[in-house]
Amino acid sequence: MFKRKSNAAEAASTAPATYGIMAEFSGTDEIIAAAESVRAAGYTLVEAYTHIPVHGLDDALGHKPTRLPWLVLAGGITGASGLFGFMCWVNLVDYPLNIGGRPLFSWPAFVPITFEGMVLFSAFAAVFGLILICGLPLPYHPVFNAPGFERASVSGFFLCIEAKDPQYDAAKASSFLTKLGATAVHEFSE
Amino acid sequence: MQTSQPLKPPVVETYDELLGPGETYSSVTARIGDIVLYPLLKTPWGWIGGFIAAGLLLMLYLYALATLFTVGIGIWGINIPIAWGFDIINFVWWIGIGHAGTLISAVLLLFRQDWRTSINRAAEAMTIFAVACAGIYPLIHTGRPWLDYWFLPYPNTMGMWPQFRSPLEWDVFAISTYATVSVLFWFIGLIPDLATLRDRAQHPIAKIFYGLLSLGWRGAAKHWQRYEKASLILAGLSTPLVLSVHSIISFDFAVAQLPGWHVTVFPPYFVAGAVYCGFAMVIVLMIPIRRWFGLHSLITMRHFDVMSKVMLASGLIVTYGYFGEIFYSWYSGSIYEYFLIVNRTTGPWAWSYWALIIFNVLIPQVLWFKRFRTNLPVLFFVSMCINVGMWFERWVIIVLSLTRDFLPTSWGTYTPTFYDWATYIGSFGLFFILFFLFIRLLPMVAIFEVRDLVHKTAHKAHDKEDHGHAGA
Repeated sequence: MFKRKSNAAEAASTAPATYGIMAEFSGTDEIIAAAESVRAAGYTLVEAYTHIPVHGLDDALGHKPTRLPWLVLAGGITGASGLFGFMCWVNLVDYPLNIGGRPLFSWPAFVPITFEGMVLFSAFAAVFGLILICGLPLPYHPVFNAPGFERASVSGFFLCIEAKDPQYDAAKASSFLTKLGATAVHEFSE
Repeated sequence: MQTSQPLKPPVVETYDELLGPGETYSSVTARIGDIVLYPLLKTPWGWIGGFIAAGLLLMLYLYALATLFTVGIGIWGINIPIAWGFDIINFVWWIGIGHAGTLISAVLLLFRQDWRTSINRAAEAMTIFAVACAGIYPLIHTGRPWLDYWFLPYPNTMGMWPQFRSPLEWDVFAISTYATVSVLFWFIGLIPDLATLRDRAQHPIAKIFYGLLSLGWRGAAKHWQRYEKASLILAGLSTPLVLSVHSIISFDFAVAQLPGWHVTVFPPYFVAGAVYCGFAMVIVLMIPIRRWFGLHSLITMRHFDVMSKVMLASGLIVTYGYFGEIFYSWYSGSIYEYFLIVNRTTGPWAWSYWALIIFNVLIPQVLWFKRFRTNLPVLFFVSMCINVGMWFERWVIIVLSLTRDFLPTSWGTYTPTFYDWATYIGSFGLFFILFFLFIRLLPMVAIFEVRDLVHKTAHKAHDKEDHGHAGA
């Protein structure tokens, strides 16, 4: 992400640099097959852009499983232990009330709020974790410059090879993607 | 309402499938997206009329609330011993309605039920607006609503903390968590659709509006991977959450020692009642919406068929609860519990108990027959009956138990006033004004999920074809 910013700064001084090459495919099976072939050909900076979640595409692109669940677990533990600890502190230390000799540490009565705290903090972790890990909000991104990319949120299946890929060669990549069955291939700039 | 829509599909009722014939990625996107994206000045008169009507109801609501704040809760019919009247009845009724939305969006996602796809967005919106309506009642019921922040644990000069052992305090956490998680889940579900609208919008203001809300979503495979994981986790969190919320609300009653309240069956009984009433409300909302906006190929007869079955099943659980109440009033050997049933069935409010039995137990039995499950006028009528019946259920539980407790000297009576009715009927104004804004500004069907359904349907048909060939 930070690299991209410095690239953008460079580009401002000269002509806009090429971001990569974008190929459109006709369906889910086609784009999974294409992603596998592109990866097999040795390209590393490859990403797909689709209008629906395509199962198996993340594997085909070599994306590792997300670490989001661990973040959610941390959130849940924080919420549950935080609220449970807080209630114990209030009832045992800061504001102990002796009501008919009932125990101050009446933990079963703390369970509902502990549970709600667990859910609330897990949900915060899941939602804000998702947004932050994805680098959103990011209103501008170079891929929006690719011709026809407005279809990526309607009906399109796009595959992009970045120009920073060590193997990147516009002509070769273009003919390779066409051979894989792309319906349209365009090079586009940042 | 249909005039300004470019894509007006012919009305073909589909009974066995979740999608009408011939739908593609682009056609479903246009069908749902264009309802939102047509120009402001071409807003259909039906929408404007409905919005104004809802606005008038909202005025009534605000008038009732303003009087309440200036005069005090003496304007309501509540008094000792009937400290809980319309406001708590309406609170439980509204929040119960909300639960169907979470059930559809979360529980059915976990169970991989494809039929949730075209109805989950609107149902979730219903959840959020119903929770908003519900949440206001306990807040205004306190009498001095400007001090409601005392519910929250914060360090204060009084040196006091809330009572964390009280179900009323559990409510504060349960309902605020439920409202927050519902809004977050809803927003996460909206992000890809907001990106679709951003890319389809023509007007610069619409582009900026949806562009900002979509957070710059671009559909990257890596993002989808995390997105799906997050959705699944949120569904997994919302499922126990929704059960906990209505269970905790039922504890408000069950921990009290009043006859008719002090029963262990309350949590499951309340949750089933919430689902029952909520599904009825989804059906009541969906029948006119699909007609006005021509969504026949997205919300098919199969959806109504399946929703009716869920309604019937939850209705039977509720019915079991009613029989249970009668049984343990006898089996407990307690004269107070026994008198509760005598009072309910033959007392001064007996008509409300029998209305409850007719609306919630007898009429919905027609849903055993597919002929009625797929007959929309009948289904609409039955669903309305269930909504009324479930309101009566809370009425029976609250008013009948409070007016006739242990000692005849402390018995009382309850008459709702104009302000009670105004705060109830007016809350529909709040609900519908939010709902009208929702259907004007946001896609009321989850577009990307329907596209996913198009994809799955096509693949299924494809696989079947292959198998057919193999067999031949």
